[in-house]
Amino acid sequence: MNVNSKPVLEEPKTVFFAPISHPSPGSVGKTGTWRTHKPVVDLDKCTGCLICWLYCPEDTIIRLENDKVSIDYEYCKGCGICAHQCPFDAIQMVPEG
Amino acid sequence: MVVKTLTGNYAVAYAVKLARVNVVSAYPITPQTTIVEKLSEMIEKGELNARMIRVESEHSALAAVYGAASAGARAFTATSSHGLLYMHEVVWWAAGSRIPLVMAVVTRAIGPPWNIHVDHQDILDQRDSGWIIAVAQENQEVLDLTLQAFKISEDPRVYLPMMVGLDGFILSHTTAPVDIPDQELVDSWLPPRRQPYIIAPESEVVMGNIAPDEDHFMMRYSMAASMEAAKKVIEEVDREYGEIFGRSYGGLVECYKCEDAEYFVVIMGSWAGDAKKAVDTLREQNVPVGVVRIRFVRPWPREKLLEILSGAKGVLVFDRAVSMGSTGILFSEVAQTLYPLNISLKGLVAGLAGVDVGPSRIEAEILKFIKQTEEGAIYTPTEWILPEKYAGRYPSSPKEVIAK
Repeated sequence: MNVNSKPVLEEPKTVFFAPISHPSPGSVGKTGTWRTHKPVVDLDKCTGCLICWLYCPEDTIIRLENDKVSIDYEYCKGCGICAHQCPFDAIQMVPEG
Repeated sequence: MVVKTLTGNYAVAYAVKLARVNVVSAYPITPQTTIVEKLSEMIEKGELNARMIRVESEHSALAAVYGAASAGARAFTATSSHGLLYMHEVVWWAAGSRIPLVMAVVTRAIGPPWNIHVDHQDILDQRDSGWIIAVAQENQEVLDLTLQAFKISEDPRVYLPMMVGLDGFILSHTTAPVDIPDQELVDSWLPPRRQPYIIAPESEVVMGNIAPDEDHFMMRYSMAASMEAAKKVIEEVDREYGEIFGRSYGGLVECYKCEDAEYFVVIMGSWAGDAKKAVDTLREQNVPVGVVRIRFVRPWPREKLLEILSGAKGVLVFDRAVSMGSTGILFSEVAQTLYPLNISLKGLVAGLAGVDVGPSRIEAEILKFIKQTEEGAIYTPTEWILPEKYAGRYPSSPKEVIAK
């Protein structure tokens, strides 16, 4: 039996700046403002394959109940990967503004 | 307690077993290999309940135990020379992450040309990384230091990884009687592992992502503060270890015949034994000389050295590692420490790549230094003790080569 197998969390006793963070939505602000082009989903063409949902690097594709998708525009940076990957041409990049 | 004749490497393995580590990673390199070999045997026999991870490189060896330690395991690995250099990036990651971890470094020269013998170039290459760095003189101390390393590294005032250095072959492959403490006593002395955060699948913690410049700056500041705190922890652990297990070494530095000494040799590692022998002989001739053995290079024992050396007439530093284009590495540390004092100071680079420097040579250098100082305080940052094969054919100071 290894008596020391359970580690104990204990607060550091000196000035301590740990190189860790606790990720949460929007911790660096609303990244949607970075966009120059926004992805627009054509739900008639969308088949619910979820390829875009898999590829989105920012987790901003919202999976709807029928597996079709919409976009979280507060955080989508407009990289265009979803539009590039969509096998059904269901996502178009539209200039902002 | 039981006494066994152990090599320095086996002394490390027994200490790691007594500390009940959970994870060991292993990549072979001379002269380290028999440490992880012995640990593997202990795990295989069921004497140590730990997971052995065999990896494809030293970079991975340290990364594996760093990951395990981040997840809450008491973890250990060992390396030497080129292996340590290959780990260098992860050395910094582990320290910057403030993850308690212990690694043995069997000190060995760095190639080219290929060489497997002792010097301190490899371990001192890690000097600025934020690891606590200690170097032992003999096998018993190797065991005691390795065991203490877990307690020091996991102390909430410290939370920094620690390297235990032992000289290649001179300690690693040479047997000596070693007291092995009772497991029960170790269990009562060494608390369960403590750490500042745990990275596990269920913990919402991200380590190492990009941080604002000011926060990065303050992380360095907090490491420096913990290094200062570590000085006290090291002294404490050395003292309490002495009370419980009967052996104390003086904490950050060991003083040998220092009390009434006027001249001091500063030295680190196994050849401190040769220096002590030289001092014994000189003491018989009433030469007032002592040995200050550096046990911890990081944190650097500034206050303690100032206290010990404040009344000295002269300090002679022996270095087994050199910073190319400058001086021996210990010399530069000693010189900046003694800046407030006006004493005679000399640095000698010797013993690189395992070239032997025995007690009689150290004795002669001490007498020469005393004679020079008596004619007026000197400041000689670097002289080289050349191997016998080349002595006399080349000047002892590389500077003189240019002058010619």
